[in-house]
Amino acid sequence: MQNEECRMQNAKSGEWQVMRIALKQHSVLPGFGVSLGYTMTYLSLVVLVPLAALFARSASAGWGRFWAAICDPRVVASYRLTFGAALLAALINAVFGLIIAWSLVRYRFPGRRILDALVDLPFALPTAVSGIALTAIYAQGGWLGRWLEPLGIKVAFTPLGVLVALTFIGLPFVVRTVQPALEDLEKEMEEAAASLGAGRWQTLRRVILPALFPALLTGFSLALARAIGEYGSVIFIAGNMPMKSEITSLLIITKLEQYDYAGAAAIAVVMLLASFGLLFGVNALQWWVNRRQRVGA
Amino acid sequence: MTEPAWVRWLLIGVSVAFLGLFLIVPLVAVFSEALRGGVGAYFTSLIDPAALSAIRLTLLVTAIAVPANLAFGLAAAWLIARFDFVGRSVLLTLIDLPFAVSPVISGLIYVLLFGLQGWLGPWLSAHNVQIIFAVPGIVLATVFVTFPYVARELIPLMQEQGSEDEQAALSLGASGWQIFRRVTLPNVKWALLYGVILCNARAMGEFGAVSVVSGHIRGETNTMPLHVEILYNEYNFVAAFAVASLLALLALATLGAKSLVERFSGAGQRGGGAA
Amino acid sequence: MSIEVRHLSKTFGRFAALCDVSLHIPDGELVALLGPSGSGKTTLLRLIAGLEAPDATDGAAVLFHDENVAGRPVRERRVGFVFQHYALFRHMTVFENVAFGLRVKPRSERPSRAEIRERVLTLLRLVQLDGMAQRYPSQLSGGQRQRVALARALAVEPRVLLLDEPFGALDAKVRQELRQWLRRLHDELHVTSVFVTHDQEEALEVADRVVVMNEGRVVQVGTPEEVFHHPADEFVMEFLGSVNVFHGRVEAGKAILGPLTLDYARGVGAKSAPARAFVRPHELEVDDHANGRPCFAAVVQHVNAAGPRVKLTLTADAGESLQAEVSLERYREMRLSPGMVVYVSPRDLRLFVDGEQKVVG
Repeated sequence: MQNEECRMQNAKSGEWQVMRIALKQHSVLPGFGVSLGYTMTYLSLVVLVPLAALFARSASAGWGRFWAAICDPRVVASYRLTFGAALLAALINAVFGLIIAWSLVRYRFPGRRILDALVDLPFALPTAVSGIALTAIYAQGGWLGRWLEPLGIKVAFTPLGVLVALTFIGLPFVVRTVQPALEDLEKEMEEAAASLGAGRWQTLRRVILPALFPALLTGFSLALARAIGEYGSVIFIAGNMPMKSEITSLLIITKLEQYDYAGAAAIAVVMLLASFGLLFGVNALQWWVNRRQRVGA
Repeated sequence: MTEPAWVRWLLIGVSVAFLGLFLIVPLVAVFSEALRGGVGAYFTSLIDPAALSAIRLTLLVTAIAVPANLAFGLAAAWLIARFDFVGRSVLLTLIDLPFAVSPVISGLIYVLLFGLQGWLGPWLSAHNVQIIFAVPGIVLATVFVTFPYVARELIPLMQEQGSEDEQAALSLGASGWQIFRRVTLPNVKWALLYGVILCNARAMGEFGAVSVVSGHIRGETNTMPLHVEILYNEYNFVAAFAVASLLALLALATLGAKSLVERFSGAGQRGGGAA
Repeated sequence: MSIEVRHLSKTFGRFAALCDVSLHIPDGELVALLGPSGSGKTTLLRLIAGLEAPDATDGAAVLFHDENVAGRPVRERRVGFVFQHYALFRHMTVFENVAFGLRVKPRSERPSRAEIRERVLTLLRLVQLDGMAQRYPSQLSGGQRQRVALARALAVEPRVLLLDEPFGALDAKVRQELRQWLRRLHDELHVTSVFVTHDQEEALEVADRVVVMNEGRVVQVGTPEEVFHHPADEFVMEFLGSVNVFHGRVEAGKAILGPLTLDYARGVGAKSAPARAFVRPHELEVDDHANGRPCFAAVVQHVNAAGPRVKLTLTADAGESLQAEVSLERYREMRLSPGMVVYVSPRDLRLFVDGEQKVVG
């Protein structure tokens, strides 16, 4: 009762203060103003103003030209290749990334530590270097191309080459997100499943995989997002034939070289929105999965 | 409790084969192609003036971008991990943005802003300032693609550590700068180093974004990755792979440094910073 | 240095953590802020330290010996604050931790290296950690860390010492030792000290004065004896130790509370009102036969004889479960065992009647 009174009194006397609290909670630590000012200035200069320029430019040419630019058959073919190959590469990485993460966490074998460190190579290796290296390997007469050629499989300068490059570039994401989740997985859960009579396969399917699923999904979506935007490692191996093996990022550059700034901006906006949509969708899915697992637990 | 031996070895075999095919073969190919013409040809292509100028430019760009992003990372992490304010999560999302954006688009936005047909282009050319197809543009594009790295390493760590240490220092009479230098910085030094290593690797190796803003002027606006591309497109494979091998060495050094930092910081947490 | 707080309130978003609290702490006392979690005790401590700012209400003030420090930032207040999880700097040795407050002083006030060394080693001796100076916090036990945190807070010669749940993270035996040690240390130093705890035993054993808090308000201030034997209200009664509650009504000069019936002179002529009687387990007399005094029958459910006093769980006729205590001798005399019928009478009780506050002793 007294508390209620007090709350009402609080609300009255502290009206201006509630306004202030709404913007920032009080803290005794110094440096809020400085760090806020610095961060916002930096972000505005580096990110916000240039992004605004992108959206403004894509809109400047008018709806008709925007639509024409993004629906051009050559552009549409590049969407198909980019998104299709990216999706396929992310799926391949989900499967093999899971196996690799499992082997690295659960088993001990010679060379494990070196392989573990090497998984990050696609992050560390400049994309141009990966691009020419992959091309050299899969080209006619290359180390692998030489053996694939007689089988009728052409990798370099075909969509298959795009897939190889995108698989390379997305490899670390799934491994690096699944690994910690696997390490955190309590051994007791598996032991409990076994004590309840589950076989190894049942334990894997009903206990381990569901627990790893959120991490796997995160890794998959990160690999997918990265693959959609990838440029450096792809252009060397793709061959860049219009309608066949041309990715969307390259088309933006082609437009730029033709001084079609509005066209380049329009395609860029489509790609940006696709990436954001993807990330947003995956976050929503993640939220849903987490919530379900928490309720279930 | 584990799988039967044949399953175990099958999984290990698949992992090793996949990693070997996708990681080790390309890595070895870089060095093998670079040395195809012999050691002499290898070094000749490295001391070529255009190659040297590309190396110099890459070092210059990195020397600007990494410290700038280090300062940004510290400020942003202090802001986000130590204060609760409206718009905090929006800011966090903004910091992640370069990870979601194609590098080509990262370059494009600067062309649209500073290029001759861009928003500020006419004004800039009237004042004789060139940003696009010049070094400032390359620096800007590099800063953009690398700015999340330091902040992303610091923010989760500082959030997890909480601000009690800083409050304790404050109650003992330390000033803001003293708190930062003597308490905060030592607590996050490994994460900071980790972020700097990743930031550095990306800054030296960035290709897509830099390619859009560079203009590819040999000896002037070519960074090492761009120089690799030009040599390759000229069918000068040995020289292209020679420069590429330097970048591959950088990548290996990065991986090594990363592993070391991981080990030290792990030991630091266990041994209470006894290192 | 005495501490006085006046009309302090603190709201976090919608939640009123502290409601118009005023309190005076005399110089040199060791005071416990006691209450359940969410009662506002830690908030009050942090407001005294300056780690939080109070809501800007009229007359809100924090006074250290008549000097209002409400507007002063924490680093100028010269308070020693010991954090619940110690907040020791991981990357510094014990020595460097304790020396920190001296080393960050402005050059003009900073003691010389030799003086700092002298002071730190003296403090480490005081907290019985000599020889540990070069260890890192992670190489110490919980109790040792606690004492380093205390030495670090004392190094700056604070005007007041504030401790947030100082023994909360320690196991039972270490807790017991450290709280007696803290009491002795305080008797030696006489720094005005305030500590927060949710453990009533700890508060009653260590403090000169106990401030009982609930829902953001101070409910009672008094010596341990006062708050234990003369609780201001039902909350204090229930919070300080286990207690049996009998629900019922008063009417026509009688109080009828379940199996208990008492004379209640003040109720003569008054309207009937709900009432509750509180009896601590040791205040219930247990006998194996009715002895003429007002009593009721109960059945022994469970006997716990592991301890200096024997704890009994009884069930009264109406099904209420009661806790009672008897001495070992009485337990052996009566040969108590589960299933036995005993006769229970309260030696002492506190009666709370709705609409008035009256203790029948």
